[in-house]
Amino acid sequence: MPKYLMLLYSPDGDEASEQQRWSELPLWLELTDSLRDAGLLVANGALHRTYTATTVRVRDDEIEMTDGPFAITKEVLAGFYMLECDGLDEALRHAARFPTARYGSVEVRPIREPAHDGPLD
Amino acid sequence: MTARSTEAATHAAAAPEPAAPEPAAPEPATRETAAREAAAQVFREERVAILATLIRQAGDFQLAEDAFQDAFEAALAAWPRDGLPRNPSAWITVAAQRRAIDRLRRNRTMSDRAARLAELIRLQEQEHPAPGEPSAIDDDRLRLIFTCCHPALDPSAQVALTLRTLGGLTTAEIARAFLVAEPTMGKRITRAKNKIANAHIRYQVPADADLPARLRGVLRVVYLVFNEGYAASGGDQLTRGELCTEAVRLGQLLVELMPEQAEVWGLLALMLLHDARRAARTGSDGYIALGDQDRALWDHARIADGLRALEKAVRLRQPGQYQLQAAITALHIQAADPDATDWRQIAELYGALGRLSPSAVVAVNHAAAVGFAEGPRAGLDLLGPLLADPALQHYQPLYATYADLLSRAGDQAAAADAYRRAVSLTQNTVERTELARRLDTLAEH
Repeated sequence: MPKYLMLLYSPDGDEASEQQRWSELPLWLELTDSLRDAGLLVANGALHRTYTATTVRVRDDEIEMTDGPFAITKEVLAGFYMLECDGLDEALRHAARFPTARYGSVEVRPIREPAHDGPLD
Repeated sequence: MTARSTEAATHAAAAPEPAAPEPAAPEPATRETAAREAAAQVFREERVAILATLIRQAGDFQLAEDAFQDAFEAALAAWPRDGLPRNPSAWITVAAQRRAIDRLRRNRTMSDRAARLAELIRLQEQEHPAPGEPSAIDDDRLRLIFTCCHPALDPSAQVALTLRTLGGLTTAEIARAFLVAEPTMGKRITRAKNKIANAHIRYQVPADADLPARLRGVLRVVYLVFNEGYAASGGDQLTRGELCTEAVRLGQLLVELMPEQAEVWGLLALMLLHDARRAARTGSDGYIALGDQDRALWDHARIADGLRALEKAVRLRQPGQYQLQAAITALHIQAADPDATDWRQIAELYGALGRLSPSAVVAVNHAAAVGFAEGPRAGLDLLGPLLADPALQHYQPLYATYADLLSRAGDQAAAADAYRRAVSLTQNTVERTELARRLDTLAEH
């Protein structure tokens, strides 16, 4: 069966919209469960807010890091890898290995861990 | 120093009244003063070490900072009442661990909460909390430095977090120094701490392979703090002086922790040699060039410290940009008078600096030094390519140097044009006054 990536975009939230999103929680659970039960779900995850992002580029063999999600407008999402790493340093080290880092950028966003992380950050 | 004691004094003023004094106890006022002084001293001298260890134990910047603050306030309440503990620093450490446990129990959202709690409780249950091995404390302080200066954090956030955590400056003080509104600065620091927690920036000293690059990052942050204080791009003089003092203090901490790194000594030397001349750099008429400075206003003890640090750096035989800059500054200072300056050697050092880390500012200074060593024409030859570079069309020091060289080469009309251009390119009042003065002097000839 072919696989499809669903990319979820939402406005960069303030506290009021975060509250509202929390009230949606039953809808999320219902949807996720039904997809899983149907055998369609491969992987899913919620990302931390954009300010936790780090963008990695490799230019002239030098690794450049930028705080934040700064893909330039000509760059489009081309693929994804989800890695389990010991911490951000390890994740950034691998980010710099992707060929895309040499001509585009690799944005590294931490995935929220529902068991540990709080609802809001 | 000022920043820290101010902060300590604020808390002291808020301390509750001591309980009814025992008959044999010293006067309450004396007791309270002694307790306040002891607390202020721990805050001043041990804060970074206690905090650095607590961050590792609690696994979270904000939690550790809040717990440390709680413990400090508890000391101000308890010490006047119960007398000074035998080891004030250990008292604060234990109290802070206890507060961290309380806070962790209440905060259900922290990542790895259970593991953190277990570790802190284990530490609490050790009957005599072992005073940390000096090397372990050093490791924690290094972890703290490298985490505050992590390259995944925004550079301005690295600076703010370093000043807040390692320097103990308040958010208000940092905001004032960088001409930013206090809530903006508060948000910047909070976001940096949240990123450290949520993106899992580990609290560790970088691996050997990453160390050189990461150390350069740390030195850059410290030098940025120093330059912000020294360059006087805005803000009031007082806050700016504190930034220089704070940067020098950070430099001293770095050489204590990494004495085998030549560039760490080089940066300390550079900052000391500049800072020693801070009082002589501006007068009632504005900026005073090095040659015109009143040498009696130089801090000669600080210069001696700077030269010693430079010597330590050079002996380690790892050349670097901070050492080269410090060596250039030392040559300026060591000349008996401006005419005796060894421009030939300075020009050589600038050449080496340009090969090591090329930049416009180094290229302009190289040309100026060559202008003194070999004559203005030789300096102008070097400026040629820089003047043709479109990226440098608005670079004030280039035109100020161009003007000086033209004037010395006898082309007063072209020099006046270049001075006018330099004046139009500076936002700094002190610099503008100085450039306008040179322009006026030109007209008199």
